[in-house]
Amino acid sequence: MSAAAEAKPLRTWQRFTPAERVIRSVFYLIALIAIVWSVQTIEIIPEFLYDAPQQTADLFARMWPIDWAWYPKVVHEALVETLHIATLGTILAVALASLVALMVARNITHSIVLNSIGRFILVATRSVHAMVWALFFVAVFGPGALAGTLAIAVHSIGFTGKFLSEAIEEAKPGPIEALVAAGASPLAVLIKGIWPQVKPAFLAISMFRWDINVRESAVLGLVGGGGLGMALDTALSNLYWDQAGLVLLVIFVVVILTEIATSFVRSRII
Amino acid sequence: MSATDRARVAFPPNWPARIGLAALALYAIYAAQILDITWARFVAGFGHGGQFLSRMFPPNVAADKLDLLYHGMAESLQIAVLSTAFGIALSLPLGLAAARNLAPAPVAWTARTLVALFRSFHPVIVAILFVKAVGFGALAGILALIVASMGFVSKLLAEAVEEMSMKQVEAVRATGASFLSVVVMGVLPQVMPRFIGFCAYQLDSNLRNSALVGLVGGGGIGATLFTAFQRFDYDFVLTIVLAIIAAVMAGEIVSGLMRRMFQ
Repeated sequence: MSAAAEAKPLRTWQRFTPAERVIRSVFYLIALIAIVWSVQTIEIIPEFLYDAPQQTADLFARMWPIDWAWYPKVVHEALVETLHIATLGTILAVALASLVALMVARNITHSIVLNSIGRFILVATRSVHAMVWALFFVAVFGPGALAGTLAIAVHSIGFTGKFLSEAIEEAKPGPIEALVAAGASPLAVLIKGIWPQVKPAFLAISMFRWDINVRESAVLGLVGGGGLGMALDTALSNLYWDQAGLVLLVIFVVVILTEIATSFVRSRII
Repeated sequence: MSATDRARVAFPPNWPARIGLAALALYAIYAAQILDITWARFVAGFGHGGQFLSRMFPPNVAADKLDLLYHGMAESLQIAVLSTAFGIALSLPLGLAAARNLAPAPVAWTARTLVALFRSFHPVIVAILFVKAVGFGALAGILALIVASMGFVSKLLAEAVEEMSMKQVEAVRATGASFLSVVVMGVLPQVMPRFIGFCAYQLDSNLRNSALVGLVGGGGIGATLFTAFQRFDYDFVLTIVLAIIAAVMAGEIVSGLMRRMFQ
């Protein structure tokens, strides 16, 4: 028994292959270097830090008591505007994204050129943040809800289109082939062959995006996109922190409510 | 109409869907009116848009501008790296505390409330508050993105921990291990691959958002972008936006590599 154990070299178990360990070490090293470089070169003004606790205390002291009287005057209208911007922006985005998604889906469009163009649209719209889009549209259309709605719509194309095209690509070819064999027109194939298969995903994606867009549209006003952000911007530039506190509270409540609403709808319908 | 007739209609009209679609179209028209979105404004805007685009091309690549761009991008990268590093480090305890199968109920509910609070405010709003608290500059941006990272990573980590198998945890507990050993030996090995996935996503997301916090005074490329907009330097704006798109795409590739490497 002991002779057999001695004859066999002792096996040491290792979770990763040497190549994996090298790659991981290199990765950790890069991460470490990045962190050290950032800590050493970042510009932080220490003078600002000395009074940070007082400033924070001052911030909350100025917010309290919240200026409730401002709600009926300005904030209610801004809140309604924010919800409309988010909803209309989502509707527009879903409509535009459906077209792009059809262009990107390889089982619908059999052209690599068109697929790539669609994919580029998805990546480009998603990479530029809604607030940056809002800056653009404010410069083009002037400040207001139009700029905000378009910013929400264009920025959402990337996200919505990406998931929609994935859902379309996952559709089973059986029903589509059956319709084509029966002589159905392309539109009929789309409505009766593909749509029933992607409908659950389509509704889930739209709801999820609406939830995100409510959050986003609440801040677009800071750059002139209308809605609650505009009220927040007014309060902040007047240094009325009690009014800013009210807007923040309203945003918090609205975000929580939309999250509850979307999770309720998701559990009931989808 | 008899039953056989109805059966012959291959695709009967779906009235609830049609009514829903009509209601949606009516809503869109109503909302457009409320928001004062008119065709005339749209057309007028296209005139401005043409002018705007012609002023954006070609992108400005003068040496002094590129220097500004480089400084802005470097600061954004620093903000993204630091906020991800600290955000992840802080999310680990917070996420474990928010897992109901691991932490006692009062701790779990406190942690969950905290996570919900962190998640419900947009990074831009958090950045505004931090700009007031610690002044203009990169620190406000870093703190804002740390809060955002904690909200996202902790929530998903807590969900991953709640979904894991308790058998290994019980096995480690049965050996008389301390809580720390239970976490290190029983919990972390199960959730680590998913945790790294969330972290990779968060790095990506922080890179995107680091361009954003600058718009409200949080430093980085966002500040450069906002200044360029206010000075009507539209050709430099285009340079910055192209640089941001390139950085975000590079970030997506890096985080994709990270995910593939660790899973």
